[in-house]
Amino acid sequence: MLPPAEELKAAIERGVPGTVVTLDGPALYLEPQALLPVCRFLKSHPEYQLDYASNVTAVDYPPDPAGGGAGRIEMVYHLFSMAKKHGPVAIKVKLPRDNPRVPSLVPVYRGAEFQEREVFDLYGVQFDGHPDLRRILMWDGFQGYPMRKDYVPENQDAPA
Amino acid sequence: MLSPAVESDFLEVSLGPQHPSTHGVFRMQTVLDGETIVSLKPVMGYLHRNHEQLGEQMTYIASFPFTDRLDYFSAMSNNLGLAIAIEQLAGLDVTERGQYIRILMVELTRLVNHTAVTGFLLNDMGAFGTPLLYAFREREKILDLFEAASGSRMMCNYIRPGGVREDLPDGWLEGAKAIVDHYPQFLDQFETLLTENEIIRQRTQRVGVLPKELAVNASVTGPLLRASGVDYDIRKVDGYAIYPRFKFKVPLGQIGDVYDRYYVRILEMRESLKILQQALKEIPGGPAISPKGAAIGKAPRTFRPPKGEAYGRIEAPKGELGFYLVSDGSNQPYRYHVRAPSFVNLTILEDMCLGHKIADAVVILGSIDIVLGEVDR
Amino acid sequence: MAVDEGLKGEVQKQGVYVTTWDELVNWGRSSSIWPLQFGLACCAIEMISTAASRFDIARFGSEIFRASPRQADLMIVAGTVTKKMAPQVVRLYNQMAEPKYVISMGACATSGGPFHKGYNVLRGIDRYIPVDVYIPGCPPTPEALLEGLMTLQKRIKERSMSSAVERKQNEYEIPEFGEAGLEPRYNPNIFKPLTHPIQQFASAKPTSPIQTPPAPGSS
Repeated sequence: MLPPAEELKAAIERGVPGTVVTLDGPALYLEPQALLPVCRFLKSHPEYQLDYASNVTAVDYPPDPAGGGAGRIEMVYHLFSMAKKHGPVAIKVKLPRDNPRVPSLVPVYRGAEFQEREVFDLYGVQFDGHPDLRRILMWDGFQGYPMRKDYVPENQDAPA
Repeated sequence: MLSPAVESDFLEVSLGPQHPSTHGVFRMQTVLDGETIVSLKPVMGYLHRNHEQLGEQMTYIASFPFTDRLDYFSAMSNNLGLAIAIEQLAGLDVTERGQYIRILMVELTRLVNHTAVTGFLLNDMGAFGTPLLYAFREREKILDLFEAASGSRMMCNYIRPGGVREDLPDGWLEGAKAIVDHYPQFLDQFETLLTENEIIRQRTQRVGVLPKELAVNASVTGPLLRASGVDYDIRKVDGYAIYPRFKFKVPLGQIGDVYDRYYVRILEMRESLKILQQALKEIPGGPAISPKGAAIGKAPRTFRPPKGEAYGRIEAPKGELGFYLVSDGSNQPYRYHVRAPSFVNLTILEDMCLGHKIADAVVILGSIDIVLGEVDR
Repeated sequence: MAVDEGLKGEVQKQGVYVTTWDELVNWGRSSSIWPLQFGLACCAIEMISTAASRFDIARFGSEIFRASPRQADLMIVAGTVTKKMAPQVVRLYNQMAEPKYVISMGACATSGGPFHKGYNVLRGIDRYIPVDVYIPGCPPTPEALLEGLMTLQKRIKERSMSSAVERKQNEYEIPEFGEAGLEPRYNPNIFKPLTHPIQQFASAKPTSPIQTPPAPGSS
């Protein structure tokens, strides 16, 4: 069984020195540069053995027109363990909306390859270290990031 | 442009998007040395119908017909996945009869899917049509049951948070029992023609081998993973719905080649028949949907789950189907993401095909069992 | 120009059958339509069901689904046509030999269907190629597809033989991938978008970006 989130946070901060983990509900928030060391730690830890990255996606929070704040894009990772049959552990990384960059998870979990390409295609997040970062669902010359909340699609019935 | 330094004696062949054996509009850009595959890059997006963007613009219940069209072979399973995610998000519970009806529908869908996939795999191998027509004959009988219960053969839109949309009509359970009793004979007939068949063995054994460690690292799930010998079936791991009440085994393969995947699917069908027999015996009476679920169904725009998020996953016939929902307290999801098994399973297509002939690439793709509605969403 | 029925009856008694060239050729054409194997999405499964043994499209003459467009008469566009796929559809249509027909099967191929509010969905394949028969449904049952096929057979019998020869010079323009969609957005020779304000409301460009509800948590 997986321990509760506070215990995981303590274990990570002990095991990967220098990481700061913030908790928000059951999700663990990490800094972008801490992502790969923490995932390697969780994967090789004898008690957790989180060897299966099930879900890699992003959520867009545009700047609030009323309040202030720059807006952010949050990467969300759900990790499970096939060896120990427990999970999930939800890991989130906050990225700035202007130039979102995060290390790619492909060196640790190969299964993140296509899902990261999809996040690049639809949200515009750059993944450092991805073997083949190009659009996957839209065509190569497409401009814009369609899943962002402020994307306006073209009007198909306008005069050709 | 594949790579700027393609050698002049390699041949670049693009398989698809219109091709009889790509299971939908899927394109494989292959580079061949004679007939041996040197590199294979999948290209998808030809059926990208912005399902997730539509999910953000509609209420939770309005997304159910669209989940039918994700994996259009197993519409009932997709409905169940979204229903489980919404129930996790809003803390709803399901009536007993609703649970049993859900299990019946999902296991019948598993039968339909595995039979059809075996038929398509053999179609790809060149058994042009005959096993496919046998498979579709059995599928039609089950589709009649679906039409009687939900009104539509394929796009059922039947399972809802809290239970199922409507109770079963009279005579449905007897019809299901007749099919479940007859199915083992059909499987025996199918197996007699296929399992010991010399041609199939030559074409599928030692082809497209997927080692265990690579399968786990590449986030592969479903029969593809179990054929490589990894014991991970979400029905047993998570114990969602009322699966812990049923006795069934999880068949595992040994080598992880195409033959193992075909045979794991046949064995899974036999296990599904066991679950169906148990469920048909134990199904109770009572309401098919909880009162809260019925209220949501009648007035979808008033359903406002609390702020938070949920990741609900099920063992769909093709692998792990997950729905990630983020709610901001309004009646539309703030973020609605579908974790599609076919999309993630395609990661290792290239690894499995390298070194094989181009004809094997088609067979390997057929054994992964993809459906483009899911891959592209 | 049809043959006089009385004369036909008289002569038939003598063992002589009289008809027109149009009737004879159209009878052959409509009774042996070979479709192209071209399923895009969910409707393709219903198309395969129609070809399977329960509904059996072979008894209408469509015995074989040809894989190559050069050998097919009929293109059943079954499923959603996305902007990424549209150039390939038009290319395939251009490669078919005359006389060729198009059945637009399902709501998605007719007008975008349930997905019409999308950034990647083409609102109907009739923007780029001419369509002969539209079949509504999502998906249309196999019986509906057979009804569509029978409607097409009726339409073939009404055309004259020479009209197929006249259309031979037409090659339909293949759209290109632009920055936000296809260029051109539709082929003006064969398609006119809806212009009345009431008809336009479903396809109007949103005047502001997709309204975002207040984000949960602070930014």
